[in-house]
Amino acid sequence: MPRIVMGVESSCDETGVGLVRLHDDGTVELLADEVASSVDQHARFGGVVPEVASRAHLEAMVPTVRRAFATSGLKMSDVDAIAVTAGPGLAGALLVGVSAAKAYAAALDVPLYGVNHLAGHIAVDTLQHGPLPTPSLALLVSGGHTQLLRVDDIAGKITEIGSTVDDAAGEAYDKVARVLDLPYPGGPPIDKAARDGDPTAIAFPRGMTGPRDPAFDFSFSGLKTAVARWVETAEARGEDVPVADVAASFQEAVADVLTAKAVRAATESGIGTLVISGGVAANSRLGALAAERCAEAGIELRVPRPRLCTDNGAMIAALGAHLVAAGVAPSPLDLSANPALPVSTVCL
Amino acid sequence: MLVLAIDTATPAVTAGVVELEGQSATLLAERVTHDARAHGELLTPHVLEAVAAAETTLRDLSAVVVGVGPGPFTGLRAGIVTAAAFGDSLGVPAYPVCSLDAIAADAARDADAPFLVVTDARRREVYWAAYDADGSRTRGPEVSKPADLDDDVRRVEHVSPSPVGLVRAAAAAVTSGAEPDPLTPLYLRRPDATLPGARKRVTTP
Ligand SMILES: [Zn+2]
Repeated sequence: MPRIVMGVESSCDETGVGLVRLHDDGTVELLADEVASSVDQHARFGGVVPEVASRAHLEAMVPTVRRAFATSGLKMSDVDAIAVTAGPGLAGALLVGVSAAKAYAAALDVPLYGVNHLAGHIAVDTLQHGPLPTPSLALLVSGGHTQLLRVDDIAGKITEIGSTVDDAAGEAYDKVARVLDLPYPGGPPIDKAARDGDPTAIAFPRGMTGPRDPAFDFSFSGLKTAVARWVETAEARGEDVPVADVAASFQEAVADVLTAKAVRAATESGIGTLVISGGVAANSRLGALAAERCAEAGIELRVPRPRLCTDNGAMIAALGAHLVAAGVAPSPLDLSANPALPVSTVCL
Repeated sequence: MLVLAIDTATPAVTAGVVELEGQSATLLAERVTHDARAHGELLTPHVLEAVAAAETTLRDLSAVVVGVGPGPFTGLRAGIVTAAAFGDSLGVPAYPVCSLDAIAADAARDADAPFLVVTDARRREVYWAAYDADGSRTRGPEVSKPADLDDDVRRVEHVSPSPVGLVRAAAAAVTSGAEPDPLTPLYLRRPDATLPGARKRVTTP
């Protein structure tokens, strides 16, 4: 059975290469996790520019592979299987990673697994917290995704329970940061500003929480507009905008809806474990509120450390290792990236 | 020495194995598909098929040569990163060539006067470069409206470079054993990205 798995990630603005070892007992050990980010090149555009991201992936791909081998002390010939993000993500960005992974797999004569990026965000938790109990519930929150997923088998059966109908949670952070003249990406500066603010200062709306709304879907577009309206109204009155209070109240609204729906979904389906992953999982208020509500409901909460939550190659390698362990058939070398790959397809 | 040649700067997905002895390049096998959307899908399978058809193995290759454009960006990157990854994993150098130079190397055999190599740049523009009768580049590569090209010079409008043309265009560098130049794509255009203007208000002042 293959033991060392290399993971390649290029779906958005991070070029990631990870190396993991699959042990006989099914545990997966992290050996290398190298990331080259193009986030600084996107900052002045206020969001990821696909062509800029694709150009950065091309430049970074082989050097990032080299760094992963250098830090792990492994040789390329030690690799037994390669996993690569096949989707969902930006088409041109995915193509760089998929093309590179195919060439490495062909040259090293090892199986290739074209895998689902979202499943990778869940699988990465096993690197830190060990095998995932099944079923588990996963809340994925980042600049690109906001989804509640039921995980019956990380290597094969993942079902979407709910998702955002408009903006991703991280996107709302970016837009609100702009309203408050805070830098891009908006998550960390809003989290920081909110520390000095009163989360109950302003009652921002909780989207999709009406009696007739779908129980497990999300909406952040109305919240973003409500924040902008509140700030503009304050400015029109000639008042100083209380940035800390706005940030804390906005963040409270996001964390409240995310955790309330996740805990309710887990409770209603009798699921005892909640994994929160994706870039927004690093948010301090989301973590604190999730811990509080999971404890009340008797749910085990698992949040990978921030470095594992953002996009990286280790998560793809970890998922690849679980596919290898489960005996899933590798992908053909003529596989295509699929920018709209549904989460139900864990491996192409 | 056996050289793997790759190009995805045009709608063609091109892979070939070429025997290079001094300046003499001989095609052993090639796999070419004309499908501008299939570069990511077919390139590595084409490489493996060409290597098998040449009755050799990847381990017997001494170098990789790749066309670095100019060409439409998304497909172009598939070829360059594939060449870079093969070079890295096989432990052989990967050399860049201007894809238009490779077409010129194919065309120079029957040229007795200066000529232009022209390929489709989409958006009603062309990528082009000018060559003397020997096939040495004298200007370009550039991207222009077709009407802006010199009408008096013969135009070579090959669809795509051949593996032999790619290896010929890189022959001097490959045989010298010199450290390859970086595999930098010839984009010739900036990314389409507009800086955000002033934030739009949601309330009417
Ligand atoms: Zn992600």
